Amino acid sequence: MIKSVKLRLLIILATIILAGVYLMPSVVSDLPDWWGKVLPTDKIHLGLDLQGGIHLLMEVDVEKALSASTDRVAGEMQRLLRDKKIDFEQVKQVDAGTLSIVLTHAGDSSVIKDLLGNEMPQWQMMSAEEQVVSYRVSSDERRRIEKLAIDQAVETMRNRIDQFGVSEPEIRPQADNRILVQLPGIKDTRRAIDLIGKTALLEFKLVSESFDPRNLESGTLPDHLEVLYQQEYDPVTKKVVRQVPFVLEKESLMTGEYIADAKVRFNSQFGEPYVAMDFNSQGAKLFDRITAENVKRRLAIILDNHVYSAPVIQERIAGGKAQISGRFSAKEARDLAIVLRAGALPAPIRILEKRAVGPSLGHDSIRKGLISMVVGGLLVVLFMFAFYRLSGLVANLALVLNMLFILSILALAKATLTLPGIAGIVLTIGMAVDANVLIFERIKEELRLGKTPRAALDSGYGKAFLTIMDANITTLIAAIVLYQYGTGPIKGFAVTLSVGIISSLFTAIFVTRLVYDFIQERKALKRLSI
Amino acid sequence: MQFIKPGTTIDFVSRRFLFLSLSAAVIAIGLISLIFHGGLNYGIDFVGGTLVQVKFGQATTPDAIRDALQGLDLGNSTIQQFEEAEGGEFLIRVEKSKADLVDLSDEIKGALDIRYGPGQVDIRRVEMVGPKVGEDLRRKGIFAIIYAIIGILVYVTFRFEFKFAVGAVVALVHDVLITVGLFSLLNMEFSLPIVAALLAIVGYSLNDTIVVYDRIRENLRKAGRKTYEDVINASINETLSRTILTSLTTLLVLISLYFLGGGVIHDFAFALIVGVVVGTYSSIFIASPVVIAMRKMKFLQRQNQKV
Repeated sequence: MIKSVKLRLLIILATIILAGVYLMPSVVSDLPDWWGKVLPTDKIHLGLDLQGGIHLLMEVDVEKALSASTDRVAGEMQRLLRDKKIDFEQVKQVDAGTLSIVLTHAGDSSVIKDLLGNEMPQWQMMSAEEQVVSYRVSSDERRRIEKLAIDQAVETMRNRIDQFGVSEPEIRPQADNRILVQLPGIKDTRRAIDLIGKTALLEFKLVSESFDPRNLESGTLPDHLEVLYQQEYDPVTKKVVRQVPFVLEKESLMTGEYIADAKVRFNSQFGEPYVAMDFNSQGAKLFDRITAENVKRRLAIILDNHVYSAPVIQERIAGGKAQISGRFSAKEARDLAIVLRAGALPAPIRILEKRAVGPSLGHDSIRKGLISMVVGGLLVVLFMFAFYRLSGLVANLALVLNMLFILSILALAKATLTLPGIAGIVLTIGMAVDANVLIFERIKEELRLGKTPRAALDSGYGKAFLTIMDANITTLIAAIVLYQYGTGPIKGFAVTLSVGIISSLFTAIFVTRLVYDFIQERKALKRLSI
Repeated sequence: MQFIKPGTTIDFVSRRFLFLSLSAAVIAIGLISLIFHGGLNYGIDFVGGTLVQVKFGQATTPDAIRDALQGLDLGNSTIQQFEEAEGGEFLIRVEKSKADLVDLSDEIKGALDIRYGPGQVDIRRVEMVGPKVGEDLRRKGIFAIIYAIIGILVYVTFRFEFKFAVGAVVALVHDVLITVGLFSLLNMEFSLPIVAALLAIVGYSLNDTIVVYDRIRENLRKAGRKTYEDVINASINETLSRTILTSLTTLLVLISLYFLGGGVIHDFAFALIVGVVVGTYSSIFIASPVVIAMRKMKFLQRQNQKV
């Protein structure tokens, strides 16, 4: 331990000033301009439970992404086989990640083995019989596709949330194909979730002319057709009240990937909102051709497997513009425009966990947490003073400094303060005086043995030191394990608990000792008030 | 001021069988309650489900709310008064684990709006946990406790001796079991924050135990011809004042957290209060007797080997 009182005083003063500087931005709301130029402006970050907001844990359905990718590879294989003039019956996806090629001539299997081996090394041949060859995606390629799907999903969500306007959103990929999204301060949770979770796969398909939806119950649908529904919602309860079936041709003529921009417009006649889309040049060409070939037919606009509208193509549409109308509210139209602009999710996502806290509850929690912190702290301060007299005051000084240090370390480390975190601080208040109780009880023992105050202080601190270290390090181990393996509330609690332990070691041993040494240096200590 | 007179010599050690059997009995009651209840009353954090906290602008009762929600087919649900603010705050828990749980809170809000009128119902908090995540959280919680215990075992063995480490771990398992048992007995909800509380209890109980152990180690060095039991007894007595003082200051703040911290933190504070009381008890009456028992066991083993 450092002997010089002056040096120690300097160290402690420096620490206090530093702590004050770090804490200032969290306490004072309008700091002067010059502050930010030289001094830190990091605030204690409040958890969602204290400021309100949504926490979502989502799972990306990577199987779907893999399946889509398998479909694309099947298409490529077909093209390749046609180019090389190899006859085949079909190339089809068996399940996500496996393909089978059915050949016309039995001898061709060795030819395509060489061909695909060179052209598609990421796909491995599983078995080759006379006429059926099957391929499986390599594990590296599978991992790459899955990772790409997650990364794209994160990127798309980030785009959507940015346009929605949330300050400090947090979007992070996690283990097991999961994505964690935290949106502080959001009030309309349902709208936010709809916006994030919408796959937004936009497709254009032709309405079948050969099959009347009224015959759906009696007749069987041919292979190339499918049924999708238009949903009608009750405007108040948001429940689906009616589903109108559409019989469509399965092949999708165009998808949303060609969209350059999407905006909300209002119908001049009734003021109803609709979404106007602009295609990029490639999309414009495609749309031009599709409309030219299908004049007088109905083209269904499908988003996430629901039909939005199915207008009749009156004439060829050049210039690359299309619109989606449906019975939208202005908000819904705006959100639809956002998802169309930000692009589709590469695979559907599922919400695994959702926690939403209203801002009013957050305020209540902070207020109650602070009140219990102050009341609990005051009780301890009074108790320590009543029990140890002037020495109790020394311990109380340490306690107050300890609070200051804990809060400023939280600001410095950009840690998040949660409700369980406040509970951790409250618990620390109770336990922080423990080190001083240990020291004081020792000093009392030494005094009873007839030692002088000075000697009692020395051996009291000396003997208690190792005990304090042992006791606190074990607690610290528990706190670190909590942090490492804990989730949510456990983590928040672990942070303040471990910060509290470390800070209380400094204040309870180093600071209090200095106070006694300081007094001793001024005047010889004749009697200890303890 | 002084709670414990200096030179107090309470004979803790010779009554150790009394205390050990008392603890065993309390733990047994907890375990029986656990079996009787078919496990803990897990919150949605661990089993999945939906929890909605609603504040009403007018006075109402759980029965009236249940009646308003009747059309929703909520399956196994509980409605519980939470805080008695004006109108009252209620927790609605739904165990259902269907895939579209996400919409459930909106459905509940819609049904309540119809019954109580718009603006009267404020959804304060919604928590929805899918069954898969619930399982993950449960696994992680259990692992956190196990790893903490292993870490402590290693540290205490390193700083003291293995038999002390065993005593410390027995004491903290004892504390966790009693707290869990009490939760089962009172049928209180066992949620993620409660796991955090249990780990805090582990830390606190250990802190307490280590202080006593430290004194035992110190006194053993200058023991001379005193028996092992006498040294331990003297050490517990010497640290008794500190043990009680620290528990008191900790309880003071926890009690203020319990009464003033609000409903969300209520059960958490309760678990900590129980844990501190039991942890203090175990560091006096359980941890050191186990060290003696371990020593005796080893002694007997050695004698057997000689024969």
